[in-house]
Amino acid sequence: MADKNKKISPEQFTFVNMGERLTDVKFDDKPIGYFKDAWIRFRKNKASVAAACIILIIFIFSVVAPFLTNNENGFMDTYYAKKGPYVYGLNKDGFMDGGVDRDFSEPGIISKIAIGIGAEDWDAHGATLEEGMASIQQPLMEISDPFTILDASKKEKTYYHARINSYAEVGFLYKSIEQSELQRMQEWEKETGLHLLYPLVEENSYNVDPKDANNWYKTKKYQPVYINDKGKVKNVEYAPGMVLEDNYKRDAQGNPIYYEYTGGGTLETAGYKIRVLYSHYYIYKNGFEPRYYFGTDSQGYDLMLRLAGGLRLSLLLAVSVSVINFIIGAAYGAVEGFYGGWVDLLMERVSDILSGVPFIIVATLFQIHLAVKVGAIPCLLFAYILNGWIGIAYRVRTQFYRFKKQEFVLAARTLGARDARLIWKHIFPNSLGTIVTSTALIIPSVIFSESMLSYLGIVKLGSAKTTSLGTLLADASAIWTNYPHLMLLPALFISLLMISFNLFGNGLRDAFNPSLRNVED
Amino acid sequence: MVFTLFIIVTMTFILVHILPREMPTDKVQAQAIAARWEALGYNKPVLTQYGIYLKNIFTKWDFGTSWYIAPRKPALDVLTSRFLPTLLVNLYSMIFSVPVGIALGVYAAIRKNKWDDSLISTLVMVFISVPSYVYAFLVQYFLYFKLGWLPLTMYSLADAGGSYFTGKMFVSMIPAVIALSFGSIAGYTRFVRAELTESLTSEYMLLARTKGLTRPQATARHALKNAMVPILPSILSEFIGLLSGSMIIERIFSIPGVGQLYIRSLNLFDYDVFMMDCVFYTFIGLLAGIVLDLSYGFIDPRIRMGER
Repeated sequence: MADKNKKISPEQFTFVNMGERLTDVKFDDKPIGYFKDAWIRFRKNKASVAAACIILIIFIFSVVAPFLTNNENGFMDTYYAKKGPYVYGLNKDGFMDGGVDRDFSEPGIISKIAIGIGAEDWDAHGATLEEGMASIQQPLMEISDPFTILDASKKEKTYYHARINSYAEVGFLYKSIEQSELQRMQEWEKETGLHLLYPLVEENSYNVDPKDANNWYKTKKYQPVYINDKGKVKNVEYAPGMVLEDNYKRDAQGNPIYYEYTGGGTLETAGYKIRVLYSHYYIYKNGFEPRYYFGTDSQGYDLMLRLAGGLRLSLLLAVSVSVINFIIGAAYGAVEGFYGGWVDLLMERVSDILSGVPFIIVATLFQIHLAVKVGAIPCLLFAYILNGWIGIAYRVRTQFYRFKKQEFVLAARTLGARDARLIWKHIFPNSLGTIVTSTALIIPSVIFSESMLSYLGIVKLGSAKTTSLGTLLADASAIWTNYPHLMLLPALFISLLMISFNLFGNGLRDAFNPSLRNVED
Repeated sequence: MVFTLFIIVTMTFILVHILPREMPTDKVQAQAIAARWEALGYNKPVLTQYGIYLKNIFTKWDFGTSWYIAPRKPALDVLTSRFLPTLLVNLYSMIFSVPVGIALGVYAAIRKNKWDDSLISTLVMVFISVPSYVYAFLVQYFLYFKLGWLPLTMYSLADAGGSYFTGKMFVSMIPAVIALSFGSIAGYTRFVRAELTESLTSEYMLLARTKGLTRPQATARHALKNAMVPILPSILSEFIGLLSGSMIIERIFSIPGVGQLYIRSLNLFDYDVFMMDCVFYTFIGLLAGIVLDLSYGFIDPRIRMGER
């Protein structure tokens, strides 16, 4: 009790930290903002990261592909149309070997084997079957045992199931050239050691079709024949020791003729007919080997370049659509949501009407009215933009209604912030998360509908330089059963792209709004 | 809705009718058509034409005439004749995919975060993303070329016995139905799973369990019923929406439906039919939206229209 009355004089008091300024301790860590937080959450989502990687890979592929091959964009070779994928070094066991499986009759299979034999028989020395089979120009890759089926006239026919290299199958072609080119060819042959000129074929009764340069051996009614010692015509049958009798044009000494004067011109321009091995002619013409990693399409364009072009177009279109829709939607929704009242009512009616127009009709009408004037791709862009922004505007509007009455806005307004600053600096960033997500999800829908429109032929995007995935599919749709790669590769890429973008979009949504995880809207 | 429809129809009409019209190459036919067009006022200014068009609709229920696809038949009849195949294919697909989708969705929601749920969710993600035409090609490839079980495209009416309801016709519709179903099954599964997981974790479920219901009982009687509130309207509006069909599936399987009519009328410059199809698509789209809004009120009386 004694203490109670004890007086402490003011001098006895001292300040705890005199002379020091009292401040908050600085955080050791950096502050985690909204976007950083979202990024951390996004990183944890394995599927979305994988999807982002796939998108990146596809994007890189679409940009880099033109540098992977010698073929220029727009380059086409009609003889190498509809060929399968062929990757040198990988071409093993039916995978990317440019092969096609088909059934052949006996003359049919011999005609294929003969290409390989003929390719070795450049000097008409009479190449054997073994030489022909060992040739790299041999189209036959695998052959089954013979089987018999009854044909329409109830006759038994022998058939073979074989895998044919569709590139080598092209074989020989006749060409008309001028004398100067003939000399260049002969020089080129000496330089490279590759054989370009092959003996011409006699046009006689042993020849099936004078235009078919592959038919260099004697045939009767498509059946290969030989003439025995007694001068009788006998059929050649497919067997291990098969010998084909050549039907080359020969001069008086029995030497094969490689070129034939067809008339016209001076020494320089005189026309000659020659028979060339096309794969070597291709190298002579273009300076590189025929390499088509993804094969070629129905017209002979390099499918890889076409695909890359289509992917570039799709990605570019999708990204620009989503960016433009983002901008328009954000501005429109912000004004609607911020001002409310009659402004909102009026603008809502406008977007109501616009959103009622089916997209397909918009796209069609734009195409038929404007495609000639501004081109198909800008038209498509307009069509997407016309009512594509409405979804985003709606989301932004909802977010603005949520935030505009909150205290921080009031505080900012009290401090004298103008409307524009309130909208863009204070309210809009809050709605950014949802909008970014819905913008990202626009991309797959654009890719899908673009491919659909070009598949249906409403939008015509096919030309020598540009194409779209839908056009590729439409081109393939009539013939893809025989050439599955034409359908498979574009379909694979488009599916991958769609899956990845959807996963990516979902990952973004989960990252920005963790409360919405697994809730689909 | 009527106002929106009116504005869209007006815009579409003007845009379609300022296009140059093509005459058939046959001279006699061209003369006959030109004479009829003159009589019908097709050479008048566009707005006058539009007046005539509206007058014909309101007085005679006449939406114009087809000139090339089915010469001189009313455009409305042309559309309605294409209606049944589209409806049937989509209906079959829906009958197949709604139960399967709901069942899968319920299963995934009950087994939430187990391996089978993540399997279903992954597959759903894949199936929902892959475009429908890819399924169409896969179905054609495996079921027609590899196995030979089903026809490549839909039979024509004459081949299948003159009716869309014969067994042969049904078999030929199966490929299209399968191709359509993949995506919609995935869609329903995702939707049902999302809704059901939400209602399974709600508090009334806890109450239902505490008052002694078993888990299946509580799920069936309480969670599922509540989850169905947003699901049923969307099925209903999808049902309306499926009348307009899928253009690309109709093209691939050559179904003589509304979507194919759209492409054909566009390619043949049969503008009256094209206009009819546009009106139809717009109408269906708006109707589906309205049905979606209204059906909420019917299914759950707690939700009232007009309340905010």
